[in-house]
Amino acid sequence: MIYAQLFFTFFVIGLFTFGGGYAMLSLIQNEVVVNHAWITAQEFTDMVAISQMTPGPIGINSATYVGYAVTGNIFGSLVATIAVSLPSFIIILLICRIYAKFKESNVFASLMKTLRPVVIGMIGAAAGILVTEENFIDWTSWVLFAGAFIASQWLKMNPILVIILGGFIGYFIY
Amino acid sequence: MNIYLQIFSTFAKIGAFTIGGGYAMIPIIQKEVVEKKGWIKEQDFLDVLAISQSAPGILAVNISIFLGYRLRGVKGSIVATLGSTLPSFTIILLIAMFFAGYQDNETVIKIFKGIRPVVVSLIAVPMINMAKKARLNIYTGALAVATALLVVFLKVSPLYILLVVGVVFTALTVGRKGK
Repeated sequence: MIYAQLFFTFFVIGLFTFGGGYAMLSLIQNEVVVNHAWITAQEFTDMVAISQMTPGPIGINSATYVGYAVTGNIFGSLVATIAVSLPSFIIILLICRIYAKFKESNVFASLMKTLRPVVIGMIGAAAGILVTEENFIDWTSWVLFAGAFIASQWLKMNPILVIILGGFIGYFIY
Repeated sequence: MNIYLQIFSTFAKIGAFTIGGGYAMIPIIQKEVVEKKGWIKEQDFLDVLAISQSAPGILAVNISIFLGYRLRGVKGSIVATLGSTLPSFTIILLIAMFFAGYQDNETVIKIFKGIRPVVVSLIAVPMINMAKKARLNIYTGALAVATALLVVFLKVSPLYILLVVGVVFTALTVGRKGK
């Protein structure tokens, strides 16, 4: 039952996302590429590129894309997107009910602080797993990698612009 | 205008015009919801933001649910979330439907060959900035490195690492309170 699997997988991803979209990418990659092999590492990389160039949260973009890629229809997208948002609904609505108490105890905030090193490691792993032969075809790929790093980290260039430049260079050199 | 329609259109506008994920959305949500609509006070918005950031899940979705709930309860939270997610859902669905047809296109192949290493770089950069901000010491730094190695080389699911660290944290916190 592919829809049930899709629902369960994205529900768990939504439930375990601490620390934003990039941490979520690591979870999605592990479930979708490594565990279920629903899409390839290369497809995943392309999807991340598309997500970064289009509006909206990366978690929603990924769920929608993978849902469609796996089932080949809009219903798959719908199931994955609802599943990834559902834990938020349950948790935030609970928090709203116990708002005052929650504000004082701050359990989640300190848990999140504890999990931060794990999240950092997860994002590092997300990048590491994508260093494949398909994504890095020759030395020019490494030049592009280094160039993008410099442009983004030191020159503070907009990520969308960096991706567009990468595509432009790819078109001319390959 | 009907309040639900207002909530929907405001959040749809936020969802449609923020490129670059949840953090890019914050200033735009603030401008729309606090300044323009006056739905919530500045201080309350900061509270909503802090809680949304510390709860699990997609930040933009968390904020939408929270603000929607404060405006019109559960119905409001559903309408707000539909609004903020529908634009990206529609756009990505269209791309997923038509991108498959272009994947074998010579030009698209060349462009994506250039884009892929760039994307890997763009994932590494926020990791470095997060690590700097977190002021890792030798223990937390080792935890970060160990996580990365376990996931990349031993194919351990990050879920298990999150679970184990979370459970240990909870046990220690409960233990401390018990004393």
